[in-house]
Amino acid sequence: MNFDFSDEQKQMRDEARKFLAEKCPPKAVRAVLDGNASYDKDLWKGLAEMGFLGVAIPEEFGGAGAGHLELCVIAEEMGRALAPVPFSSTVYLAAEAILLAGSAAQKKKWLPAIASGEAIGTLALFEGKGNPSPEAIKLAASGGMLNGVKKPVPDGAIADFAVVAARTGSTGRDSDISLFLVDLKAGGVEARALTNLDPSRGQAELTFRNCKAEPLGAAGEGWSVLSQVFDRAAVLMAFEQVGGADRALEMGRDYALDRIAFGRPIGSFQAVKHMLADMYVSATLARSNCYYGAWALSTNASELPEAAAAARISATQAFQHCAKNNIQVHGGMGFTWEFDCHMYYRRANATALGLGSLSYWEDQLIDRMRKRNAA
Amino acid sequence: MNFDDTPQEAAFRTEARQWIAANAPKQYEAELSKSSLGRISLKKDDIVDVGKAWQKKKAEGGWACLHWPKEYGGRGATPIEKVIWQQEEGVYGKLTQPFQIGEGMCGPTVMAFGSEEHKRHYLPKLASGEQIWCQLFSEPAGGSDVAGLRTRAEKQGDNWIVNGQKIWTSGAHYSDYGLLITRTDPNVPKHKGLTMFFLDMKSKGVEVRPIKQANGMQEFNEVYFTDVVIPDSQRLGNVGDGWNVSLTTLMNERMSIGSRLATGFPEMFEFCSSLMTEDGPAIEDRATRSKLASWAVKASGLKYTSYRAVSALSKGERPGPENSIGKLVAGVMLQDIAAYAMDLQGAAGALTGAAEEEAAGQFQQMLLGAPSMRIAGGTDEILRNIIAERVLGLPGDIRVDKDVPFNKIPTRGR
Repeated sequence: MNFDFSDEQKQMRDEARKFLAEKCPPKAVRAVLDGNASYDKDLWKGLAEMGFLGVAIPEEFGGAGAGHLELCVIAEEMGRALAPVPFSSTVYLAAEAILLAGSAAQKKKWLPAIASGEAIGTLALFEGKGNPSPEAIKLAASGGMLNGVKKPVPDGAIADFAVVAARTGSTGRDSDISLFLVDLKAGGVEARALTNLDPSRGQAELTFRNCKAEPLGAAGEGWSVLSQVFDRAAVLMAFEQVGGADRALEMGRDYALDRIAFGRPIGSFQAVKHMLADMYVSATLARSNCYYGAWALSTNASELPEAAAAARISATQAFQHCAKNNIQVHGGMGFTWEFDCHMYYRRANATALGLGSLSYWEDQLIDRMRKRNAA
Repeated sequence: MNFDDTPQEAAFRTEARQWIAANAPKQYEAELSKSSLGRISLKKDDIVDVGKAWQKKKAEGGWACLHWPKEYGGRGATPIEKVIWQQEEGVYGKLTQPFQIGEGMCGPTVMAFGSEEHKRHYLPKLASGEQIWCQLFSEPAGGSDVAGLRTRAEKQGDNWIVNGQKIWTSGAHYSDYGLLITRTDPNVPKHKGLTMFFLDMKSKGVEVRPIKQANGMQEFNEVYFTDVVIPDSQRLGNVGDGWNVSLTTLMNERMSIGSRLATGFPEMFEFCSSLMTEDGPAIEDRATRSKLASWAVKASGLKYTSYRAVSALSKGERPGPENSIGKLVAGVMLQDIAAYAMDLQGAAGALTGAAEEEAAGQFQQMLLGAPSMRIAGGTDEILRNIIAERVLGLPGDIRVDKDVPFNKIPTRGR
């Protein structure tokens, strides 16, 4: 059994960590958080130069062709550094959808642009409140034109193109949904930035008015592709969450070692120690579930749907737990804008919702486990 | 990343599997598969007798105490081979319960501190199950604070005279030998006045009394010592060095990687899948699903955490500290799962008679037994301290008794 990343993959993780420590210190995250920029353009360019944006994109489409295990280790570092760039929307959602369903021409057009950092992509699925479901998709496609409103769309205000889920039928079945590719710079779409919990990662509303769109994948296959994209993105996002959880735990640990109260480091009090030990437990469980998710993702195993749901739930819980208790360990200072704790708290709670909320994934996991048991 | 054996591992697995298929006591397979969650008993036969026979057979075939050197009754196997053996031994592994303390803790301590003569005399009989060992550490005044123990050993010529009491001794009633930590000098700080021995449990003055536990069962004992004579030749380590010797014993507890901790989750998932409530199947209820999902990812998290440790062993590396979370997670889960399984049954959940019980009463038993999972082998609180101090590097608590002579430490709270 070798249930671990390879030495080369670990080396890539070290490289990414070093690169991000230099190019993405907390003050870079703050610049976007404070509204001075919509995302960190220099960092985005640097990530492209390092080959990180196209790490899982095949070489024939301008990527590094390394694979999804490599993408997992990079995702972990992106989460750890709270990178204020449209990485998850472009790489986990848009690129994965094109890899799964795109025609040769679509792959050729968009994947090299993603790998080189020229194109920011996203997935426009949600239409207001609620979790992913085909019934909630009202945006209509007919005659190659889209009409309707999508929100929230991650990084929608800065994206160059979007994969859009649209209604092409009304039978009440999953096959009513089809996917489209839209060049957001070509007109017909109005983007409006929305304020959100974590301003270091933008959210937007996209209004489509007789917007030209080309089909992505076969008509009626949209929901099936989306389900696969979501499972794949869930594993990758879970690695970001584990990276963030680990960093929040470290911040709490470091503060507990330095901060003196009642004449001793607060980390010597059991009440504080036990809180940190419990954070370690959550982060460890999440990491192990993520490793299984990474295996399932990289081998395209039939276990992926269940593994992805487990990784997503475990990592969501761990990041929320660690980010919340990191503030608690810091006491009053943890509740200041000046300390970085709130940036992790914001990211933890925003990423807990982006791909569907915890209760949605809990439902998914139980359904998938029942299906396996019945088989 | 893969779950495959290396060629050597695969060859070892095949050999183990074939030997087990040819030699295991298959007549007990069904019964052993059913008994779970710490309740191991056989209807017709004594579990210790059946266990001894299996252990003897394994020793003859060279499959007992695999990671021990051959000259002491082992196989000289690698850590990963031991894990593979445990995976293959499967339900029959439950028969090894009476020998686990000997194999995992007493044996390694004798190996590290005993004379060559002792090792050659005692270890092969321990390995083959002919003689069972128990561990006499905990006391009424020394549980989590094991160094607070009060059992006295006083030197008299070439012998030591032991007086005192131990508690929570698993298997003392069927053990032949015991590993015993005593206080030999109460005038120095508590960690410095301890000395380790081993003794014949049939020695004059040793009295074993079963403890009736909170769940009504009797699995542990109190052991009383009244003027018990132990020859100085049965001392392990130097006089006053017992604390360091005991750390060796406790370190060996970590060899339990690969053995599965019971969490109650598989039983609970099955139960919720079949239980009908007034609102329909329990598993279709939103609140139940949410709880099940949280338990599911804890159970899978533990499973894959152990896979990470096994992978490290497979590469010849030392497993990381992440395995320290196992019992902490599993104990609380067992207790919470049991309580919720009863909640789903309403008032009838309280009934424990054979006719009324859902799921053969396993959750009622689990509920009553679960508190011990959170205490035995390190309380949840001690485990959190260990994670905080040894894994996260946080400072130890301030210890008011550390530099005080043992006999000056207060013995009552008020």
